[in-house]
Amino acid sequence: MGGFDFSNHNRNAALHAQGVPLPKATSTGTTIVGCLFDGGVVIAADTRATSGPIVADKNCEKLHYIAPQIWCAGAGTAADTEFTTAIISSNLELHALSTGRKPRVVTCMTLLKQHLFRHQGHIGAYLVVAGVDPTGAHLFTVHAHGSTDKLPYVTMGSGSLAAMSVFETQWKGKLTKDEAVKLCADAIQAGIFNDLGSGSNVDVAVITAEKTTLMRNYITPNVRERKARNYRFPKGTTAVLNEKIIKKEEISKYVTVHELEDDSVTATAETMDTS
Amino acid sequence: MNHLPQAWGRPRDDVYGAYDNSHFQTNGPTTHTQSPIVTGTSVVAAKFKDGVVIAADNLASYGSLARFTDVKRLRKFNSLSVVGFGGDVSDMQYLDRLLNSLDIRENYSSTDPENALNAKNLHTYLAKVMYKRRSDFNPLWNHLLIAGLDGEGKPFLASADLLGTTFSSPTLATGFGAHLAQPIMRRVIPDEAAVAGVSKEDAIKLVKESMKVLFYRDARSMDQYSIAVITKEGVELKENEKLENQSWEFAERIRGYGTQVN
Amino acid sequence: MAALFSGAPPQGGPGYSFKQTPTMAPSGERQHGFYPYTDNGGSTLGISGADFTIMAGDTRSTSGYNINTRYAPKLFKIGGEGPDNKGARIVLSVVGFAADGDALKERLDTIVKMYKYQHGKPMSVSACAQRLSHVLYNKRFFPYYVHAILGGIDEDGKGALYSYDPVGSYEREQCRAAGAAASLIMPFLDNQVNFKNQYEPGSGTGHDLQAKVAQPLPRDTVESIVRDAFTSAVERHIEVGDGLQMMIITPNGVEETFTPLKRD
Repeated sequence: MGGFDFSNHNRNAALHAQGVPLPKATSTGTTIVGCLFDGGVVIAADTRATSGPIVADKNCEKLHYIAPQIWCAGAGTAADTEFTTAIISSNLELHALSTGRKPRVVTCMTLLKQHLFRHQGHIGAYLVVAGVDPTGAHLFTVHAHGSTDKLPYVTMGSGSLAAMSVFETQWKGKLTKDEAVKLCADAIQAGIFNDLGSGSNVDVAVITAEKTTLMRNYITPNVRERKARNYRFPKGTTAVLNEKIIKKEEISKYVTVHELEDDSVTATAETMDTS
Repeated sequence: MNHLPQAWGRPRDDVYGAYDNSHFQTNGPTTHTQSPIVTGTSVVAAKFKDGVVIAADNLASYGSLARFTDVKRLRKFNSLSVVGFGGDVSDMQYLDRLLNSLDIRENYSSTDPENALNAKNLHTYLAKVMYKRRSDFNPLWNHLLIAGLDGEGKPFLASADLLGTTFSSPTLATGFGAHLAQPIMRRVIPDEAAVAGVSKEDAIKLVKESMKVLFYRDARSMDQYSIAVITKEGVELKENEKLENQSWEFAERIRGYGTQVN
Repeated sequence: MAALFSGAPPQGGPGYSFKQTPTMAPSGERQHGFYPYTDNGGSTLGISGADFTIMAGDTRSTSGYNINTRYAPKLFKIGGEGPDNKGARIVLSVVGFAADGDALKERLDTIVKMYKYQHGKPMSVSACAQRLSHVLYNKRFFPYYVHAILGGIDEDGKGALYSYDPVGSYEREQCRAAGAAASLIMPFLDNQVNFKNQYEPGSGTGHDLQAKVAQPLPRDTVESIVRDAFTSAVERHIEVGDGLQMMIITPNGVEETFTPLKRD
């Protein structure tokens, strides 16, 4: 039986009551956006992951695969966005296999909202779902508590207001693909430069009826400059209290060695001697 | 006859009985503002090459109730500065009275317009008032923007909040504006060097655009607002502007929130 | 009536600080009190050399996830003449709650200027350092919420650096990092300035190995260490960035430099 394991719940509640803080989850304090255009949909994300005020990952991927023509941008708790999109991707694939049809974006959105609603907001996934299916191009937001929204342009995450300010000033009813990509990239950059939770690079995914194009690191406006000094230490700088040298000839004392006869056989690895 | 000076001019105890001091005592400790009641939302401002533009809407909210719809939150101070108030309206009115008395005192003590209090002086003064009040645990629950010209006649824009924190920037916005308006304005005026390339018309357009976005997305805002332009020529304050060219185009194609199609 | 404050993010009090994130579960009814402090982020550091002291700080001011401004100096000249502190030989850096930092700077500046007015000679760094400690301790039960570092040239012409805790405990040091990224920068400084954890290669085996001895570093080396410390802190701390302000104090005066940092 699948699902979550709650066996530590009582212990954790007791610890929490004594003032032990919850372990800090990596959160994608994020800017993610999506925008419909004539013939498809674009989603984009920044690439900073944070743990409190510390940058945990400078170039993480927040654009998740669901189906070939359905992609998802995730904000909130990193693990929740990754596992939620993965499980829905899996279920949607099985659904597509059993029906023999291409998966639809509304199906994906419904699976997501029902999954998240069931867990009453404890799964901290805030998603932008986008895709093209036989019924057309679609764009949704899904909140952790299970509510959804359907709009021509959406933003989420800690940089959502900065990104929304770009859409509210630049968006128009008819957009070409290139205009939509530019608009989304600009919205993400507004988040990168105005919201401390967002930073580093811009990832963009363009989905049309024909194909999906993932443009990883579409814009890199925050390349680190060269360091002023060289930090290579001379050999012997680190203190060594104890040293033991094992020569190649003696290695068979510690591990079992199988000499490879054929050069083409590369898969055999050395195994540890457990005797 | 009592010869002690502290008894002079007081009712005689032997005739009227001892003075009853009880009404001087209040029950319990003195209390201070712990939260704002009637509030104003964002103030936005941007520098341009010859001065500063500042704007704030005319709404005073009572929690989620739009209580007063004609509250002017920009205050002119002599011909060199304008103060924009966000936060508690009663504290704003107290500061308004404080600035009135300061202005009157200044007009008595000096008639030389060269030595008039400029925006920079005004900001220093207000920042110290705010910091003093927070240090007394009796804060004035406001976030102020002070816009105008400094001692050298150059554009000046700075903020002071209820904690006495101060900072200056080519564009500033308080409250919701810090999230929604700043990104828009920073794109046009990213740093102090860019101010020289911004005309008065550009700055007004930018601030009006910001006010529009704030009306779209700030639930405690309204479409009627005040806007002031401060230049060497003086303060040009308009208190009953209406937002123009709103676009609700996006709404036309919305059908439901999920699986609904029409 | 739900109280609403336009200057604060939804739910939070006046100004959100990462240092104030609650560790306990919120219990019962919500009480809206006034908390007189906030954290404006940023980081500072100081390193003293043989005949100079370098003070540095980033210029970003933050409140929660917002940038207040990209240019708010955390380094201040103390003493000298007039509002521009001409001829000053002492620099104060403050990081933490910016309003307290400004108040502290103004107090110390007035004290040092009054000293010269009353005694006819500039205040020495050691005297100024002790006075700063007293100014901080005077507010022991309502402290200035700042980490201060004071830099200058001592009476022997050597670089002098003093660091403080918020209530006035102070110490003369070779180097010190303070503020948001202090825990990121300080170990780097220990290793690169005081050569902690570095040994002389081939000087012995086991416990006989000789530790690399720290000596005052030349100015250009220190400057590049400071730059690298800040460009690295910018990479890993969200509250550090926008600009790097440096002040180099020598017996001839204070040189000031500004270098842009990443703005994300």
